[in-house]
Amino acid sequence: MEIIEKLVDKNGLIFAFLVVGVIMWASYWISKNILRKKIPGVAIAIIVGLMLAFFGDKKGIADISLFSGMALLGGSMLRDFTVVSTAMGADLNKIKQAGLAGTVGLFVGVIFSFFLGVILASILGYTDAVSLTTIGAGACTYIVGPVTGSALGASSDVIAISIATGVVKVIVTTIGTPIIAKKIGLDNPHSAVVFGGLMGTTSGVAAGLAATDPKLVPYGALTATFSTGLGCLLCPSIFYFIINAIWG
Amino acid sequence: MKIYGVALLAFCFLTGKFIGNLLGAAIGINGDVGGVGFGMLLLILGNMYLKRKGLLEPLTEKGILFWGSMYIPVVVAMSATQNVKAAISEGPIAIIVGVVVTISGFFLVPLISKIGRKKQND
Repeated sequence: MEIIEKLVDKNGLIFAFLVVGVIMWASYWISKNILRKKIPGVAIAIIVGLMLAFFGDKKGIADISLFSGMALLGGSMLRDFTVVSTAMGADLNKIKQAGLAGTVGLFVGVIFSFFLGVILASILGYTDAVSLTTIGAGACTYIVGPVTGSALGASSDVIAISIATGVVKVIVTTIGTPIIAKKIGLDNPHSAVVFGGLMGTTSGVAAGLAATDPKLVPYGALTATFSTGLGCLLCPSIFYFIINAIWG
Repeated sequence: MKIYGVALLAFCFLTGKFIGNLLGAAIGINGDVGGVGFGMLLLILGNMYLKRKGLLEPLTEKGILFWGSMYIPVVVAMSATQNVKAAISEGPIAIIVGVVVTISGFFLVPLISKIGRKKQND
């Protein structure tokens, strides 16, 4: 047992390949044989992943030392590297055609998420401009929240709420996208570009589109990747001034 | 050789991230603004250029496609390493705001997708 523990500890990433491989195999098997492909295997695999994350804390299952390699495999370095590689299958003309709609979607996504987040936070009892702005920023992505919160000097529990809000967004986008895709016409590159900008969370968009139709991933990821930057730019500046003028 | 493809991908990735960081510094954010997006655009353009010149060997392409196919397993590992517990334990506010904002966002997709679509026939 000790030998195995040492072996896995030294080869964390390789062990993560094995773990994810088993999750994928089991998920595809369940999708095919039990659910008759009503839920795609990818979606099941992602939900299994989220459930496994419950066994840990901050870094999900990677908090358990045996599974620490999962943090490397699922970390931002390999995520961004593989997302970039999906661009091989993307058609530049389709991106150009969706360029304007994608840009509009990007701005609307940040503005809409922020102000809806602020309104909800104020209904739920927050009254100070800094907390409202921080929670609104968290409604953009889980990076915009803490960046904005620390820039404005928000309290640590409000920053924690803003991160949690962003993580909830990732989870809902991941699970909700394949369910709602048909209803909102998300079945072509054009709407995937818009979708990426609107939702903003690269992780959620990438996972949600993967579960819907992997061909759409590069189009959604392309715009989503600009959203966090735009949110970090607008939330602690212009948006804070607006909120401060109303609630301050 | 496959490594040529992997190296090309790495070049696009790093250059994209570099541009993203420069843009981040230029607008006063200490971070990466759209680095992945720039990397993707570089790869699309590089791919088109090499194909036109006939320089893209199938094996080179395979080196890139392999990483594209690893994308879903990476996403599964990413899901397993999210702070799911905190998302739920921070109480109702994070869940209410997160759920309402995301679901409302879904319904904006068909509205904004209409932009720039007139010419499309398929």
